Amino acid sequence: MKNNQYVEFYTQVRDTIRQRSCPVMNAHRDEAFSTFSAIGFPTQKVERYKYTDVAQDFAPDYGIQLSSTTGDRTEFCCSLKDAPIDVAPYYNSIANKQDAVVALNTMLAVDALLVYVPKGIKAKHPIQINNTLKGKQDTMINRRILIMMEEGAEADIIITDHAADHQQFLTNQVVEVFCQDNSHLNLYEIEETNLMCTRYSNVFIHEGRDCSVRHTSLTIFNGHTRNTCHVQMVGEHSEVTLHGCVIADKMQRVDNNTCIEHMVPNCQSRELYKYILDDSAIGAFAGMIHVHKDAQKTSSSMTNANLCATRQSRMYTQPMLEIYADDVKCSHGSTVGQLNDQALLYMRQRGISLSEAQLLLKSAFITEVIDNIPLEALRDRLHIIVDKRMRGELSKCEGCKLC
Amino acid sequence: MLEIRNLHASINGKEILKGINLIINDGEIHAVMGTNGAGKSTLSNVIVGNPAYEVTEGEIIFNGQNLLEMNTEERANAGIFLSFQQPVEIPGVSMTNFMRAAVNARYKAQGRELLSAGDFLKLMREKRKIVELDNKLTSRSVNEGFSGGEKKRNEIFQMAMLEPTFCILDETDSGLDVDALRIVAEGFNKLRKPETSAIVITHYRRLLDYLKPDIVHVLIDGKIIKTGGPELALEIDEKGFADYQG
Repeated sequence: MKNNQYVEFYTQVRDTIRQRSCPVMNAHRDEAFSTFSAIGFPTQKVERYKYTDVAQDFAPDYGIQLSSTTGDRTEFCCSLKDAPIDVAPYYNSIANKQDAVVALNTMLAVDALLVYVPKGIKAKHPIQINNTLKGKQDTMINRRILIMMEEGAEADIIITDHAADHQQFLTNQVVEVFCQDNSHLNLYEIEETNLMCTRYSNVFIHEGRDCSVRHTSLTIFNGHTRNTCHVQMVGEHSEVTLHGCVIADKMQRVDNNTCIEHMVPNCQSRELYKYILDDSAIGAFAGMIHVHKDAQKTSSSMTNANLCATRQSRMYTQPMLEIYADDVKCSHGSTVGQLNDQALLYMRQRGISLSEAQLLLKSAFITEVIDNIPLEALRDRLHIIVDKRMRGELSKCEGCKLC
Repeated sequence: MLEIRNLHASINGKEILKGINLIINDGEIHAVMGTNGAGKSTLSNVIVGNPAYEVTEGEIIFNGQNLLEMNTEERANAGIFLSFQQPVEIPGVSMTNFMRAAVNARYKAQGRELLSAGDFLKLMREKRKIVELDNKLTSRSVNEGFSGGEKKRNEIFQMAMLEPTFCILDETDSGLDVDALRIVAEGFNKLRKPETSAIVITHYRRLLDYLKPDIVHVLIDGKIIKTGGPELALEIDEKGFADYQG
């Protein structure tokens, strides 16, 4: 079995990790270890992992970071060890315990970041969680984040991934998000790393009554990426929006897997993912909307639109709907296409070069996702970054002093 | 200005143009009339360099340059402009960004200094007036949600921005009401310099009443079978093409 290296490693460092960590996290460690040892990494025969070879991504001999990584305490953020509230009922409670990649995180994460927005508080400024990968050797990072939005809380949270060094980095991230009644969250994840970076991200969102959650996932530059976003809507009159955009070329791979569970009536979900694939890039998208029994008056839509700019690029898409209620409005759809020849001719006839015309069309395609970002400053910055990315002027992260 | 010699062209292996000969001097306006499917639009597509069409024989010389060796954008920047029969909608690309890219490309090709953002917007404002194009339209995506008439006016607006020396108006009158037709035709006349020449493709006389062609050609089945003065357009308007069909 290919997961041997991690099983062995855990056996060696278990005590060290336990000492450095906190009881809330340690309480789940051994159970995660048994799960991981028993099931191992999923193979590509498992449908959710059909287009991602997990064992291969985790095969390199990474150094594994065992130090605390949560940074200094700020207004809304602190290490889980210093949590001002009892987090035991929440930690690892909505993460998928049967997923080997999640289990690996639970067993190896030494520290977790808590983002806590107390009852009725509206965070004035966006909360940015910046992750910069640095190091002189190939490293694996197990990042764990717990976001607690109490009743009536509001916040914009931006998680960014950058890489400062040219090493192989593997980030294995698990984020659990609890939105209590009437809370409103805008969560952004922006990846701008490099070709040597692999990212696994598992985001779990639990949404109460009268909430709104908008999750925007942007893969601007990467190596191999696998993102999962799982939303459980457990309170009525809530809404969730999942937006994503992917720009990939060279040998990059991006696999997004989403699941929205409508467990109660009267909720809304909107999903839009757009991919632009160039060169030999491979994209995959699998989106599931699951309307549980009696979740009446559900309204949901899912769109996945993709542009393959070359014959070598590949897109695999699976929009899925499962409905167990009879009074719902649901739509799902997916397209894969090429650049419009007529539009290219039109622009070239006006003197615009072929490469510039292609660029304008690609930017136009992705604009729909960027323009929907409510944070104006972020939207403007992303327009610039995306333009540079398409022009090939961006080979690693932009605007970060460390790089 | 433009000389076409024994031009043969095909699309998907089907020959459409079967030996076109045409000489257009500086400042001349030529009308091309003909039945549906005769090859009028193919002729304009071949002149601008639509890659979907294959030239199998013949040559096109434009101001001494071999046009067939140039790609679409090079031809455009050499001064050739096509007012499309069906202007393409490009969602997500704003008219302003589109025009800016086009004007920059033109200035660059001509070795001129690029316009500042302020000067560019001023130029847009000036040229918009010529075809009475609404400000709201220039802030939208290219041709998206434009009516038929607005699309055609937008073509002439782009012509105003790019100042071509050779224009092809491909059924610019189709789908226009009488007022829109007048605005478009008068716009074209205002923009025309003495040396500007044009090919006007049309089914109807009305546009020609405004544009006053010097020479009229009848194109049937991929060949020009008759050439005459403006009176030929009147004759066709009355009698149709029956006399020319075999």
